[in-house]
Amino acid sequence: MNKDKFITGNINPNRRLRKIIGACVYLLFLLSTCVGIIGLALLIFDVLKEGIPWINWQFLTDFPSRDPKEAGLLSALFGTIWLMFLTALFTVPIGVGAAIYLEEYAPRNLLTRIIEINVSNLAGVPSIVYGLLGIGIFVYRFGSDEMFLDRVLMAGALTLSLLVLPIVILASRESIRAVPDSYRQGAYAMGADKWQVIKGAVLPSAFSGILTGTILAMSRAIGEAAPVIAITALVYITYIPAHPFERFTVLPIQIFNWVARPQDDFRSLAAAGIIVLLVILLTMNAIAVFLRNKYQTRSEE
Amino acid sequence: MRILKVLYKLMFALESSTKRGRGLIITIGLPVILIMMACASGPAEEGAAPAAESASKLKGTIEIDGSSTVYPISEAVAEEFNKVFPKVRVNVGVSGTGGGFKRFTVGETDISDASRLMKNPKETSKAKENGVTYDELRLGTDGISVMVNPDNNFVECLTVKELKAIWNPESTITNWNQVQSGFPDQKMRLYGPDSDSGTFDYFTEEINGEAQASRADYTASADDNVLVRGIAGDKGSLGYFGYAYYAENKDKLKLVAVDSGSGCVEPSLETIPSGKYTPLSRPLFIYVNEKSYQRPAVKAFVNFYMEHGPNLTNEVGYIASGNATYTDNKDKLAR
Repeated sequence: MNKDKFITGNINPNRRLRKIIGACVYLLFLLSTCVGIIGLALLIFDVLKEGIPWINWQFLTDFPSRDPKEAGLLSALFGTIWLMFLTALFTVPIGVGAAIYLEEYAPRNLLTRIIEINVSNLAGVPSIVYGLLGIGIFVYRFGSDEMFLDRVLMAGALTLSLLVLPIVILASRESIRAVPDSYRQGAYAMGADKWQVIKGAVLPSAFSGILTGTILAMSRAIGEAAPVIAITALVYITYIPAHPFERFTVLPIQIFNWVARPQDDFRSLAAAGIIVLLVILLTMNAIAVFLRNKYQTRSEE
Repeated sequence: MRILKVLYKLMFALESSTKRGRGLIITIGLPVILIMMACASGPAEEGAAPAAESASKLKGTIEIDGSSTVYPISEAVAEEFNKVFPKVRVNVGVSGTGGGFKRFTVGETDISDASRLMKNPKETSKAKENGVTYDELRLGTDGISVMVNPDNNFVECLTVKELKAIWNPESTITNWNQVQSGFPDQKMRLYGPDSDSGTFDYFTEEINGEAQASRADYTASADDNVLVRGIAGDKGSLGYFGYAYYAENKDKLKLVAVDSGSGCVEPSLETIPSGKYTPLSRPLFIYVNEKSYQRPAVKAFVNFYMEHGPNLTNEVGYIASGNATYTDNKDKLAR
């Protein structure tokens, strides 16, 4: 210990020691990278090993059952798809609209600053808080016992919209801000008015960024269990919701319920459910990457 | 992109409220409002349930919520019920006994699963306030089981007093040799359900004398499988949870008999329903809203429940009550 200190503290450069320290630091950083990747790899390997044998057509097309061999996740799968669709329907226009307003129209004053700071803060609020908020304002009418929407898809979608709106707004603002000002100046110089500038110059180049942000926000929304459990509280339903005012359940809730069962087979079912959820998430991310690449090259042409 | 256009036009119209702008608000706003209204009054028709046996045309929705312990029974009954009555929708949720009662006492649910009696004055007065009358139907019994690691060869039986010494909020026991003088020097680690669980409520009330009063320095989990794995992998472990989870993991756990003053009794399919395994046998109920019971779908479901309840209760790992109890339940419903 003392000796080391003496050597490193000395001006006399010790090449060998420096080399060893260099190698150690390299190993240390490599190791910290691996912790994350190995953890993820182990997790995926474990889930695949456990779940793959259980994935078949019947698993995807059957309703839940007390017999693991007959159980499926059809109602949860459709609940998730419905919820994703409705959430996108609410968040995209509102989120992108808010972003355009804040970036292109809003005057730079105290009020705008307060709004901006609050949007960033909202993005960090734990999801269960949104769940309780959703119960309070969408399921019941402002905390009374009087029902407003009941525990239906619409209430869940509105709650998840609140949850992901800040993310969509932030991502859209980022990509709108990244559009070089020369584009706008150029369009103005051609005689375009404000909307034409936004429509013709700003949005097309910001489009890929907005889309990526939105899809990533959607992937977060469908992985959320806590707020949806607060809203629906359901695990066993045996029908596919036909319209937005029906009761529903989603994949994370179904997986959560299977994990907690005493029989080992249900744990394998949960793993199979996780695989289905992962496939949906990865597909969405792949679409995001694909669209980004496609539109990026186009705007550079 | 089209949606964006609409949004912009609305904004534009609002900002520059010219005559043209107002026209736009009306032309765009009206259809939007109409669509929303159409959605809100959405069709209440039944989904496309395949009417395999059109023998039964009974329709309706039944809302069930409550205890996670009773959930497997209600789910099993719902599943079997749907085979006979395919058009009735049975929704089963898991909010815990207390959470289920909260919804039941305001009339939100038709049936509430419960792993304890509704005796909390807050719950009963709320039910009265909202005009909710109900029948309490006993289904069966679950024995909260005390378990140790299979390698533990010195513990066979613990008295209620010893369990209290271990689990009470002021407990300082960290070693097995503090429990009984004959026990070896072996560090003790504790596992149990978390404080939201009905099992936790029942155990603490029976053993420590007060619901929710427990020492806090133990591994707590809402997921009983976590507890099974914890006890199975830890030589000095002691834990408790429902009998159904023991029954599924007999090879990984060792059951401990409990002595409440009249000798050591192990929980089993005989001792739990007979009442010999005390004080950790707890009753399982469903509560039925009497007003809901007037609806044909709910009536059919509850009657089905009473008929097939005993078999299905046993099938999912609990011990069903005897015929007398079920006859009693039917009498309650007939009244």
